[in-house]
Amino acid sequence: MNSEELKNITASQIVDARGTACPGPLLAAKKAIGDIESGEVMEILSSDEGTKHDIPRWCEKMEHDFLGIVEEDSYTRLFLKKA
Amino acid sequence: MINITYTSAKPHKKNECRIIKLSIFAAHKTINNMSIDIENQIAELQKKVGKLEKGTKDQLSMVVFSGDLDKILAAMIISTGAVAYDMKVKLFFTFWATAALRDPKKKVSGKNLISKMFGMMLPKGKNKLKLSKMHMMGMGSAMMKGLMKKKNVASLDEMFKIAGELGVEINICEMSMDLMGFKKEEMMDYPHMNICGVATFLADASESKIQLFI
Repeated sequence: MNSEELKNITASQIVDARGTACPGPLLAAKKAIGDIESGEVMEILSSDEGTKHDIPRWCEKMEHDFLGIVEEDSYTRLFLKKA
Repeated sequence: MINITYTSAKPHKKNECRIIKLSIFAAHKTINNMSIDIENQIAELQKKVGKLEKGTKDQLSMVVFSGDLDKILAAMIISTGAVAYDMKVKLFFTFWATAALRDPKKKVSGKNLISKMFGMMLPKGKNKLKLSKMHMMGMGSAMMKGLMKKKNVASLDEMFKIAGELGVEINICEMSMDLMGFKKEEMMDYPHMNICGVATFLADASESKIQLFI
């Protein structure tokens, strides 16, 4: 999905992990994914550079559908659909 | 394969009837044999899959040997990260790392002179650990802790708290504790802590997909 499409998505769950370093955003995502249903979209906000690589890799392994990234000024928005 | 030859629409010859009957009988037998063969193969595969599933779990086993601030921090970050992958994590704290698990507030009596000496010279708990490099009489380690705070890296205190909540298991080597004169009563409060021997580590490690030594 491109960033325009992603911006129009309303996520069922928004996880704000800004201000935490590795493995903060990953752990926040793991915690929150349990609260949503399969097929629902989750958005993760992170200011940690490594998250951009970590979350797609994590989705691959956990079989969640990684939708893409939207870059904001000081943070990144990452979208995924729960398997 | 079976060839059924049917020469005329209405078999009037006895021989032809017999050939057909025999052919059908042979076909039945072959199909029966084939299905038994498939059943056997499935049973064999199920046995193998069961063995494999039992063999390696989604589990991480780590020997935490070093008692350095940086190395224990790395061990804790990897451990908590592994939980995000639904892995079970089992840490085996041995040798210098056991000192990091002491609770500075807990006092125990009845130690002999050597144990007391060890107790005094080794860091009393995770907040007294030194960097493996650039400790510089405490300056380096203090600077690192300051940097970690500034860069939002969780402190060891926080990491152990998170690990406890996530169910990371800590097994402490009984022999190391005995050597250094540490007692169970002076170890920090942690929800999943056991004291064990090398056999526990080996059993855990042998069924883990990942084994590390730090």
